[in-house]
Amino acid sequence: MRNNINVLINGIVKENPTFVLLLGMCPTLATTSSALNGMSMGLATLFVLTCSNIAISSLKNLIPDMVRIPAFIVVIAAFVTIVEMVMNAYLPALADSLGIFIPLIVVNCIVLGRAESFASKNNVISSLFDGLGIGIGFTLALTVLGALREFLGTGKIFSITVYPENYGSLIFVLAPGAFIVLGYLIAIFNKLQKKTN
Amino acid sequence: MEIIGIIIVAVFVNNIVFSQFLGICPFLGVSKKIDTAIGMSAAVTFVITLSTLVTYLIQKGILENFGLEYLQTITFILVIAALVQMVEIIIKKISPPLYQALGVYLPLITTNCIILGVAILVIQKDFNLVESIVYAISTAIGYSMALLIFSSIREQLALSKVPKAMQGVPIALLTAGILAMAFMGFSGIDQVFK
Amino acid sequence: MAKLKSTFKNMFLSLFTICFVVAVLLAQVNKITAKPIAEAKAKKLENAIREVVPPFDNNPVAEAYKIPDGAGDSLTIYPAKKGDEWVGFAVTSYSNNAFGGTIQIIVGFDKDNRIVNYSVLSHAETPGLGAKVVQWFKDTSKPGQCIIGRDLSKEKLSVSKDGGNVDAITASTITSRAFLEAVNKAYAAYVNTIAGNAASGATELSKDIVPEETTKNEKDIASDTTINKNDKTTGGEEHAQ
Repeated sequence: MRNNINVLINGIVKENPTFVLLLGMCPTLATTSSALNGMSMGLATLFVLTCSNIAISSLKNLIPDMVRIPAFIVVIAAFVTIVEMVMNAYLPALADSLGIFIPLIVVNCIVLGRAESFASKNNVISSLFDGLGIGIGFTLALTVLGALREFLGTGKIFSITVYPENYGSLIFVLAPGAFIVLGYLIAIFNKLQKKTN
Repeated sequence: MEIIGIIIVAVFVNNIVFSQFLGICPFLGVSKKIDTAIGMSAAVTFVITLSTLVTYLIQKGILENFGLEYLQTITFILVIAALVQMVEIIIKKISPPLYQALGVYLPLITTNCIILGVAILVIQKDFNLVESIVYAISTAIGYSMALLIFSSIREQLALSKVPKAMQGVPIALLTAGILAMAFMGFSGIDQVFK
Repeated sequence: MAKLKSTFKNMFLSLFTICFVVAVLLAQVNKITAKPIAEAKAKKLENAIREVVPPFDNNPVAEAYKIPDGAGDSLTIYPAKKGDEWVGFAVTSYSNNAFGGTIQIIVGFDKDNRIVNYSVLSHAETPGLGAKVVQWFKDTSKPGQCIIGRDLSKEKLSVSKDGGNVDAITASTITSRAFLEAVNKAYAAYVNTIAGNAASGATELSKDIVPEETTKNEKDIASDTTINKNDKTTGGEEHAQ
């Protein structure tokens, strides 16, 4: 159990997919125009990641090595399609604002990366915790990035006004702001990590 | 006229990297040197054109005919994976040096969201076959341009003094942010061609 | 259990089984979600109509029909009726000349040529600039920019920069022009509808339904809102009503 909790925390801090592994940059930059969008994208990825980790680690002995990548991709794409359909059915507004980035979870390197480097080598329980850990790390990163951009750009966090919108600097909600805020966040994360080491 | 509009928009206004945020991972990965950037651009251009053509035909010919649109994501990614594999084998045969340079990144083209992204976008935008191909090629041109500009800046950047915590990816992201601002200046330029 | 060897037979069987299971699973999920997806889309359109016309008690989506706007294009009209009296029309319209490409709107008119309200269905304008179009022309506290309540039989709408009567969105004249173009287009279709009604009587409205003939841009609106491409039967039912 202790081991599993280590795996979980590892995913959130030490191997944080956004700030340390630098994977899955496209959705990170594109869907974080607000805290809510960032968090939803993170949660969708969390779901796909956990499910695919569980499925792949339980199927790992049935998949011959030479066809493992296509097999993984099919499994991941299946879960992504399920998320897509469920979102369209019950959360249409959210599906509209995340748009093409939901089907693109398929090609998020985090998901395939974890399937290949963790789930295909470990048992179901640890894979579950790995999926949860990495997923939570990703969700946290996206929420923080989204909240910062929303705050700097429109003076709101989760649509709650903190300061008047007119004082916000719109550039942070637009494309350039995504790059700049993420750049500074990674720099800060680097600095903090070096200090703790 | 519409075709020119599509090209201008895909290359400049909605540049795939700086405003659509697709293909960022390989963008940061291979942009340290101009040589690899050129190789990557060539590979992406080739794969994107081929895969858009094939996925478009599959979507119109099979999926829509049989009401199987919900299998779109899964079908597209499999077709793309197969195509990338083919390109990899071909490059290995034709140009071993290029294969050496791109070795790591070629398999990654599968998980390059540009390829799947464009395949899905042309369906969403309701383009016809010619428009789709034009869009795919101009997107690839936009990507190549972004990669070239960015890698030449990064070659310079490697020689300059950067605070320790900012070295590597953070400073690259800031540079990309400033470039994205520059590209915002193109918005609305397609109005001129109407 | 030992790991399967990479023989051709194993690879084929393994991949085939996975694909098969996945396909069956997805088909089931699709079956479950197809209806809610169609309903969510229909509801989105219905809410938009409800927002832009006076209160009604009929089903405008079912009674929708196409009408030419006099400029070689045709727009979809949703008649809103209370009892047998019609109280207003919602018209979906668009312009391809917006800053970010196409902008699609729905405008509601009452009996007296006045704009009741409007709603932007889709746009690709710059956030913070052109994207303000969603609210800008609704602000009743600023008569210069508000188009609600304007009587279009007296004046066509155009931005004040072009010598017109509506204040454009700050720094977004192109968006404003495109928006007003779409509104004027909708009004032209509305006028044609009224003319048609006067001739044939309001009760025969629903006979003019032309459900399947759609121009390219109208098709976008339709597929976004009423007809779910995935589920042809639902679309068919709506038209059959």
